[in-house]
Amino acid sequence: MLRRLFGRKEQPKPEEVQQQLAQQQQEEQERIEESLQRTRRGAFGDIFNLFKGKEAAAEPITEELFEELEMLLYSADLGPQTVEEVQYVLRKRYQDAKLTTRPQLYDTLKEVLTEVLQEGYEPIKARWEAWMQPGYQPPDPVDESLPMSEEQFKEAAKKLHVILVIGVNGVGKTTTIAKLANYLQNRGEKVVLAAGDTFRAAAIEQLQVWGERLGVEVVAQKQGSDPGAVVHDACNRAVNLRADTLIIDTAGRLHNKANLMEELRKIYKVAGRIVPDAPHETLLIIDATTGQNGLTQAKAFAEIAKLTGVVVAKLDGTAKGGIAFAISRNVGVPIRYIGTGEKMTDLAEFNPRQFVNALFG
Amino acid sequence: MAMFDSLSERLQGVFEQLSSKGRLTEEDVDAGLKEVRLALLAADVNFKIAKEFVASIREKAVGGAVLQALNPGQQVIKIVYDELVTLLGEGAVKLNIAQRPPTIVMMVGLQGSGKTTTTAKLALYLRKSSGQRPLLVAADIYRPAAVAQLESLGKQLGVPVYSEPAGSKPLEIVHNALARAQELGLNMLIIDTAGRLNIDEMMMNELVQIRDQMQPHETLLVVDAMTGQEAVRVAKDFAEQVGISGIVMTKMDGDARGGAALSVRSVTGVPIKFIGTGEKADALEQFYPDRVASRILGMGDVLTLIEKAQSEFDEKQALELQAKMRKGTYDLENFLEQMRQIKRMGSITDLLGMIPGLGGALKNSDLNIDNDDLKHIEAIILSMTTQERRDPDVITASRRKRIAKGSGSNVHDVNVLLDQFKEMRKMMKQLTGNNTQRGLGNIMRMMKQKQGGDTRLPFGAMRDEEGHALLAAPTNGSSNRPAAPSNGVNRGGSNRNKKNKKKR
Repeated sequence: MLRRLFGRKEQPKPEEVQQQLAQQQQEEQERIEESLQRTRRGAFGDIFNLFKGKEAAAEPITEELFEELEMLLYSADLGPQTVEEVQYVLRKRYQDAKLTTRPQLYDTLKEVLTEVLQEGYEPIKARWEAWMQPGYQPPDPVDESLPMSEEQFKEAAKKLHVILVIGVNGVGKTTTIAKLANYLQNRGEKVVLAAGDTFRAAAIEQLQVWGERLGVEVVAQKQGSDPGAVVHDACNRAVNLRADTLIIDTAGRLHNKANLMEELRKIYKVAGRIVPDAPHETLLIIDATTGQNGLTQAKAFAEIAKLTGVVVAKLDGTAKGGIAFAISRNVGVPIRYIGTGEKMTDLAEFNPRQFVNALFG
Repeated sequence: MAMFDSLSERLQGVFEQLSSKGRLTEEDVDAGLKEVRLALLAADVNFKIAKEFVASIREKAVGGAVLQALNPGQQVIKIVYDELVTLLGEGAVKLNIAQRPPTIVMMVGLQGSGKTTTTAKLALYLRKSSGQRPLLVAADIYRPAAVAQLESLGKQLGVPVYSEPAGSKPLEIVHNALARAQELGLNMLIIDTAGRLNIDEMMMNELVQIRDQMQPHETLLVVDAMTGQEAVRVAKDFAEQVGISGIVMTKMDGDARGGAALSVRSVTGVPIKFIGTGEKADALEQFYPDRVASRILGMGDVLTLIEKAQSEFDEKQALELQAKMRKGTYDLENFLEQMRQIKRMGSITDLLGMIPGLGGALKNSDLNIDNDDLKHIEAIILSMTTQERRDPDVITASRRKRIAKGSGSNVHDVNVLLDQFKEMRKMMKQLTGNNTQRGLGNIMRMMKQKQGGDTRLPFGAMRDEEGHALLAAPTNGSSNRPAAPSNGVNRGGSNRNKKNKKKR
């Protein structure tokens, strides 16, 4: 939709963009709601029933209630530390505000959980917002068929936004990249992908299939080649194509393998040489079904990589992604997106309040 | 988990505070059991299962042994450990092989759990261990390039793969695969299915249909070791809807405590048949309940560590090196070999990181040798004559020039290498002097000795008042391991793509 509006030679009218965007966002929101519904039916649905269910709502607040709640929070993978903290804060507020009914306590619980998620949260600054400002002047059309001069290359390099996607094996990096590419394209960006997983069988092909589906270029080499070399190529290519964003796929790596983490460092060096300050974003993908190890992962990756965000994937399952709470609380890196399925449209920007509401109802 | 957070430490902390009263009461023990429950939760054991587990051991825990023990903390751990081992089930459970071939194995599980990789590993394992002739079946038609992935693995291992072009449905594919297996005289079918959510009715139905049609002898649920509380629900759903006969816990080379293993085993009653310990095709191992029990309790997996280190390090060589170091006859060839060995171990820090608490300290150690550094060093040493390597003291200035030229480096680099080497040689002579406990080769032996010869004890031997080891020797022969595989159990960093390294 927006892609058409942001064709290089036209200047879109702000109202047009607003309207299209609003519509798009609403559709996305509905889809996400649907997906999270399933999650809600699990533990969080039980929490709802505990507090606001027909009979329960009229009952007084008891010690048993807190115990039941504790159990439910544990089963959502919040982890011992976060559960204790939430319980502590909840009790305190309950006492301080002298709450009497369960629904009241419920709302307080949602408040507390939202606050946990808000630690380190930053709304994503959309680059296309600049295009919607009144008086926006699109850049002079460039004949992209001509080769670039060194000056032009440097200028284009400054404008390229590079996103590095990392995580342990099997979390959904490649699928998330496809979703992200789709998401950005729908907001008018020209995206290029780098097939940086040169290890796993058919990892390159997997990304290439997505590339075809999206109509997006994928820079790749042979399986077994050096990921740094692929990144180098991709940065060059993306700049030459005057792309807005380059998303780099990497091989899954367990965070306790020192030399694989070392490999990541090298990728940083290579990217930074061609595109100043690249990668500008490093997204860690966490599988929503992951337990407490998700926190260990986040901490370990944060040490090696300059993490700028976390994506919680596979929230369409029954796992509540409670580890998101623990990560928010402990790692100080915001959650940027959530993944809710295997289709390229199954991605949403993360928003603490919306997330809690969607899960709790 | 750091050593200081470990369950044993915390239990000791809890009981120390209480021991001033003289005798422990039941309430005191309950306080300790609370710590146990928290430890299990932190290890991702399902909440309900952790609660039941603690309740079930409470009786034993408040029994005389603990109340009167001088170190009740350790007694509690022993009870917990023993119970965990029992619950985790038998080790070494065989795969069901059909009396009349072909044996049909179906791999199922959530997305990203490791089914495809495990499928390939299983084929290799069964081929090696019992001469099976498997046919891999690419029944995942949904994930982009899933078929290509299995085909690529099959090619790599020389195992045939059956697949069909886009458009075929899984039911047709598996049906035709069976026919093909029979044509080719293959006696085993390993079906790789698409990852699916246990709550996806349509996809679960597909599995049921495949099951009904193929009647698998073995349906293996592949579970990621880092799975959290939902492991129970997932396992239960797969077991109830499709039926499973075995579990494979994957990604055990990570540092997840693996409580999911207890959860899935408890809720399905189905044995854990294998564990996946790496990305390479040979990284499929037998499941040892005692090791996973240790791991869940945060006590690390020392046995596996020792084995991995041993498989990469030839003890005999180590002893010889030791002797040389001591005599001061350690030369550049030894130096080169040692560097290569360290490199081959796939980073000793990964291995030692399996010891809780130590891992972090070792991250910054210089045992990690950069691939480029090694190449550089290799080049220089290989430009030397045999005599020069054996006796670096003969290397004069003109020889240095020659070596520099021959290796594409400069004289400065050669000087630096020689200086470092001489320093190292001097240091080794001093260190290995009379103390034969030093040296890489003896790290393993040291650890074994520390544990009083019983290598099953977790780090820091636990003994009762009379000095008897608290954890009994294994009866299932888990200490008697066959020779561990010697080809890179750990995936090296830049060594990942080993086949592309130029031979010198």
